[in-house]
Amino acid sequence: MESEQRVPLSEQEEWSDVIPVTQNDGPNPVVPIAYSEEFSETMDYFRAVYLADERSPRSLKLTALAIRLNAGNYTVWQFRRLILEALNVNLNEELDFVDSISSNNPKNYQIWHHRRWLAEKLGKGSLNRELEFTRTIFQQDAKNYHAWSHRQWVLQNLGGWENELAYCQELLEEDVFNNSAWNQRYFVVTKSPLLGGLESMRESEVSYTVEAIIANPENESPWRYLRGLYKGSMQSLVNDPQVSSVCLKVLTANNYVVFALSMLLDLLSLGYEPSQELKHAIDALTLETQPPDSDIAKTVCSVLEKVDFMRVNYWKWRKSSLPAQTV
Amino acid sequence: MGELAADAHVKYILAVEKRKDDFESVVTEHLRINGAYWGLTTVDILGKLEAVDREEIVAWVMKCQHESGGFGGNIGHDPHLLYTLSAVQILALFDRINVLDIDKVSNYIVGLQNEDGSFSGDIWGEIDTRFSYVAICCLSLLRCLDKINVEKAVSYIVSCKNLDGGFGCTPGAESHAGQIFCCVGALAITGSLHHVDKDLLGWWLCERQVKSGGLNGRPEKLPDVCYSWWVLSSLIIIDRVHWIDKEKLVRFILDCQDKENGGISDRPDDAVDVFHTYFGVAGLSLLEYSNLKAIDPAYALPVDVVNRIFLK
Repeated sequence: MESEQRVPLSEQEEWSDVIPVTQNDGPNPVVPIAYSEEFSETMDYFRAVYLADERSPRSLKLTALAIRLNAGNYTVWQFRRLILEALNVNLNEELDFVDSISSNNPKNYQIWHHRRWLAEKLGKGSLNRELEFTRTIFQQDAKNYHAWSHRQWVLQNLGGWENELAYCQELLEEDVFNNSAWNQRYFVVTKSPLLGGLESMRESEVSYTVEAIIANPENESPWRYLRGLYKGSMQSLVNDPQVSSVCLKVLTANNYVVFALSMLLDLLSLGYEPSQELKHAIDALTLETQPPDSDIAKTVCSVLEKVDFMRVNYWKWRKSSLPAQTV
Repeated sequence: MGELAADAHVKYILAVEKRKDDFESVVTEHLRINGAYWGLTTVDILGKLEAVDREEIVAWVMKCQHESGGFGGNIGHDPHLLYTLSAVQILALFDRINVLDIDKVSNYIVGLQNEDGSFSGDIWGEIDTRFSYVAICCLSLLRCLDKINVEKAVSYIVSCKNLDGGFGCTPGAESHAGQIFCCVGALAITGSLHHVDKDLLGWWLCERQVKSGGLNGRPEKLPDVCYSWWVLSSLIIIDRVHWIDKEKLVRFILDCQDKENGGISDRPDDAVDVFHTYFGVAGLSLLEYSNLKAIDPAYALPVDVVNRIFLK
């Protein structure tokens, strides 16, 4: 809406019976610019209908104007909901309205909450639309926290699990560093009523994760995901040859070793017996200035203190809390 | 105070408080009470709270109270937990909690606890662990935490704990530093920190520090000054703050200042705002930078304010 073409509400026939109410928290504005004139007037009329509790079609239109000017004003949204209920408005049309203001405000709490409220009322009928909507948001920002929260709610309350694992796959193919997608993958594997649960999917998930690690060993997410796959059975983590083998591969490649060393440290702390190959790989990483240590776990800590020096205190603490080595 | 442009930041905040008609001020009108809390707490940490008109602000805060007992973001706005906490925090700063009808406010908060122990932000029902923190912090400051079902509140928070030791907004949601602060803060206030795996979470939190020394909120995201608060306060509450490089973080926060005009931004060279100014200064206080007033990591209020409430 161009400012030049806008007819002020005070000059519109439809609003001739309403006395606008100004914000009473301070002195009057000095010389308002065009935008803020439109804004002030819209909000002054909004306050009038809000205080009169007028739940009419013209109030509905007014809340839409106010929201377009400032989508963060939660009081406007709440009043709009009251009007929607009073007028029994078609909520799918309301979703059209929400769609239209979402692209400019992807992280606005009020919009997401309004959407949730609508989806709750529309129920299963809104399932596909909501999954599709979050998908379009992820095309702009695949880590949008609000969108993930909404999508998880949709899956748990309305359904639609069929393609979710494949969707995670798709997102990870686009950006394997997307921690939200890894989190969603875990969410699907552990909660989907269509899959067999974590234990039955563990082996294939470990293979998938190992592949991702080898491609980008500096990627924090798959390392955490790997640990998560063994939640509740850490001894299996130690015994899985895929895990120790990926550590060895990464250390040998010597591209980015911090997470591999950290995983190895966890394994050693759980009683893992390193192979000769692994011992050699660790030795290759120790600096000449480092004193040799028969305790391989201590050696790993020493390397980490150097290569991840920002967290030197953490690695020092890990070293000090290692289980006693039986020589 | 070394490189902290304290005077400029105080001037910036006081000027923002007076401006009522510029674009920024007008579009944040509905959350003014949050802005006031951020600004006033910052000014207090910088030792200049006497520069503001205490009675004027207290009077304005009380005008934001709704008949339900909750507070809105400004005069004439609907009540919500978020603004209720800010209201109580502001009154605490000014040692004016005594102007409140404690029963009225606390009943509003209590009414928002759900069957499963979670909290809704307001009558419209949005659930988020942020609201668990807000409710618990607020009731604790009002000395009536026992009015809610604390056990259920704690168990809901614990249900939001993830395998990486972190917490999300709801069960299964991705660990996020902001949500972690809320959950860890709430657990601390209710004496339930034993539910936190401090070593595991401490490691996740210290991994938030990136090369520049700043902190991000999730893996592979950009650093932001506000995480200097949320990550840092969480680390302090679980006693693992020595796991990050404090000097590097101090440098990062100082680099986010606009030393000429005052204010702090989310990262170096971006536009400043009151939100990031507060988190930057609060972060520096937690890092014991220079002689800034100490701030409590769980209540997000100066320690002397918290002591005044609990050591009466």
